[in-house]
Amino acid sequence: MSKSQKENEAAVESRLELRIRVIGVGGAGCSIAERMMRDEEFANASFTVINTEKVELAKSFAKDKLHLECKLLRGLGTGGDPALGRVAAQEKLEEIQALCADIDVVFVVAGLGGGAATGAAPIVAKAAKDAGALVVGFAMLPFELEGGRRVKQGRYGLEMLKSAADGVICLPNQKIFKLIDENTSIVETFKRTNGLLIDGIRSLWRLMTRTGLIDIHFSDLCAVVRGRHAESYFASAEAEGANRARKMIDKLLAHPLLDGGRSLDEAGAVLVSLEGGPDMTMADVNTIMTEINRRCENANVVFGAAVDEQFTDRLSVTLVVTRRDARDDGEADEGYGAVAGDSGVQSEMMGTEFINNKSTPRPKSRLVPPPPEMSEEKKQEFLKKSKGMNGGGRKLGKFRQATLPLEIVSKGRFDKTEPTIHNGEDLDVPTYIRRGVGLN
Amino acid sequence: MFESVSLIVGLEIGTSKVCCVVSEVMADGALNVIGVGQSKSRGVRKGEIVDPTPTEEDMRNAIAEAEQMADVEIESVYLGVSGGHIRGFNNRGVHSVVSEDREITAEDVQDVIKNAKAINLPIENTIVHTIRQHFLVDGQAGIQNPIGMLGAKVEVDVHVIHGVHNRLQNPIRTFKGLQLDVEAIAFNGLAAAMAVLSNEHKELGSLVIDIGAGTTDYVVYSNGIVKHSGVLAIGGDHVSNDLAVGLKVSLARAEKLKLEFGSAIVGSADCGRTISLKNDLGLPDKTVNLEHLRRIMSVRIEEIFQLIEQDLDRAGLLDYLRAGVFICGGCARTTDISKLAEDVFRLPVYVGKTNAISGLKSALDQPEFATAIGLVKFGSLQQKQKSARTSISSGFFQAVGSLFRRA
Repeated sequence: MSKSQKENEAAVESRLELRIRVIGVGGAGCSIAERMMRDEEFANASFTVINTEKVELAKSFAKDKLHLECKLLRGLGTGGDPALGRVAAQEKLEEIQALCADIDVVFVVAGLGGGAATGAAPIVAKAAKDAGALVVGFAMLPFELEGGRRVKQGRYGLEMLKSAADGVICLPNQKIFKLIDENTSIVETFKRTNGLLIDGIRSLWRLMTRTGLIDIHFSDLCAVVRGRHAESYFASAEAEGANRARKMIDKLLAHPLLDGGRSLDEAGAVLVSLEGGPDMTMADVNTIMTEINRRCENANVVFGAAVDEQFTDRLSVTLVVTRRDARDDGEADEGYGAVAGDSGVQSEMMGTEFINNKSTPRPKSRLVPPPPEMSEEKKQEFLKKSKGMNGGGRKLGKFRQATLPLEIVSKGRFDKTEPTIHNGEDLDVPTYIRRGVGLN
Repeated sequence: MFESVSLIVGLEIGTSKVCCVVSEVMADGALNVIGVGQSKSRGVRKGEIVDPTPTEEDMRNAIAEAEQMADVEIESVYLGVSGGHIRGFNNRGVHSVVSEDREITAEDVQDVIKNAKAINLPIENTIVHTIRQHFLVDGQAGIQNPIGMLGAKVEVDVHVIHGVHNRLQNPIRTFKGLQLDVEAIAFNGLAAAMAVLSNEHKELGSLVIDIGAGTTDYVVYSNGIVKHSGVLAIGGDHVSNDLAVGLKVSLARAEKLKLEFGSAIVGSADCGRTISLKNDLGLPDKTVNLEHLRRIMSVRIEEIFQLIEQDLDRAGLLDYLRAGVFICGGCARTTDISKLAEDVFRLPVYVGKTNAISGLKSALDQPEFATAIGLVKFGSLQQKQKSARTSISSGFFQAVGSLFRRA
């Protein structure tokens, strides 16, 4: 009995001792980090802001500031060129690594699409991972109105960040449009999108730092995130009143960030964090979890619940949904064992099923190769070349995905017929594909 | 003209087969099936003709076979139509009684029915059936025959089944290529319901689902009248196609696997079992997982049922199906399909047998013949009505549209 108590204490301690660093990269990343600093909840985290713009950096209250500077930038920003951001970050690689030493979790916060964040964030994530931390990226993708180039660069940056970080939680701004009243001012809109991302970080934060009714441990998070290099979405919803569990499910299934529940169908792992008041009933939890489990039968669902006085008569749920990868082959990730090891106490408490579960680390992304290794000379040469050019056209070409010729796929038996569309779904597509029924 | 009254032929141009049923009308009005002809259908997809030339040939073969078996010459048929474009909905017609003494006359009834038919359809659509449900006299509901009653306002509820005119004309045009006549067209789902349901079933309330190869037609009867109808352009072909995609085999082989090993439910014993396929030489060629096969089938068929269930739920009819659900069509032969349907509808489910026609050989009493036999039944009701009417209205669509009877 006393032994297990000790173990419990040890668990609580290690929970509190979780060292977390939030690194804001680029303009949006910095302003988010700035807002988080002012939030009491994140008091235990250490903050770092990284930017190429000296002026913006000077405004920051963060203790650690890192000015990405190299000769080529001449004290100016990147001008929206990720290549410059990348090179600048690579030059400060050691400093970034030093920042992440002795840190358990690094949150890399970035608004992708511009120069600094798109280029530097993957490098920062890589450096943090090399330093031994679990790296979770929080990325915002630009609005479509920001222009095709930024959107493309954003997607590209996301792919890079995915291959560098353990997991990326992504917030496509475009989808947020549905959440925001169309008459909202631009300033307010950006504030809201930043706020949403912070909410996402906050819920993950709470999961890891708070002791709840049913804890989600660092190891569980690792199981969901580590080695997947996958893109995750998150959504949170709140409901109150008598029928709150049902309402909550309706809200979640209608959530634009979950594509109206479709993301759940193709989920590979789902992290569910429930918060409710002391009056939260088993039936509430049951209703919500049954629906989620039903929706994502094949996913690794990790569930945590916490009780908070201020949530009386209210329920709040946050989902982090990681997409299933079609190429999952169950290959173990090399960095995985280490983490399971240092949180061994908790995994013992929880039973090992979460860890041994079909945690499906996925091989290195096939789509995006890492940036080519360049010698110092070549790098300078390349940058001079790209700096010397005025029009963005050529530079952009680097990121452009080649367009494949139009391929007419025969619909087999249903060739020459009009597709059977029902509520926007093409019913000619096999049901098991649309529903994401896995055939292992 | 005696012959054309006594002989009734139903022709269903299905996606997988063309089926022709010949029946004679006995002196007491009962139907006796005397011939059946079948042919594989090659030019039909999702219940609609996409290639008229082979379809014409298939129809000819089916009719020839039926003629041979019944030893008669077929002159005209009742043609079944289906397709994803067919829709059903309920409408109400209103008419004010103008006569001095406020007595409702037969003319008033005709007027109110005419009003009920005056609906706002898309310009390219025509009505296939207008089925009378109930009359209301001065707001009093549930009246079956208002003639002779007193009232200021008479209303009628009708169920209207309509479809795109050109797409309805296609099978008629193709059939006319055979130099035979079409007496009338009928919605396949309605025909199937006529074959499968007894009057008692109609009274209690039942759902008939005809899952063919190309389409799934369904009709709901409650209190003896048609309440709801619909078509999903999904059927057995989709199951085969899903299997071909999911198991990575050819469509023909998928079709075979479906018939041989298919089931609507994945049993616990299926897990891990494999089937080894043989090539032309009889050597093992490829193995497929039985669980996958059944899982793929199961989710597709389940989805069909769920779509229907959702539709009926919206219409608020699920609680009125006291007799249960009747499944017919080729897919009704799928193993355990009734169990799956029971799970979805939470109602008793039967595989539909054509119990509405007497003198049927048990060999023909199969779910896939329900529609063709129902067409015969439909034809017999039509003829009864025709002979009862003094003047036979001219014009094909008028004849079809003015079908007012309590089916």
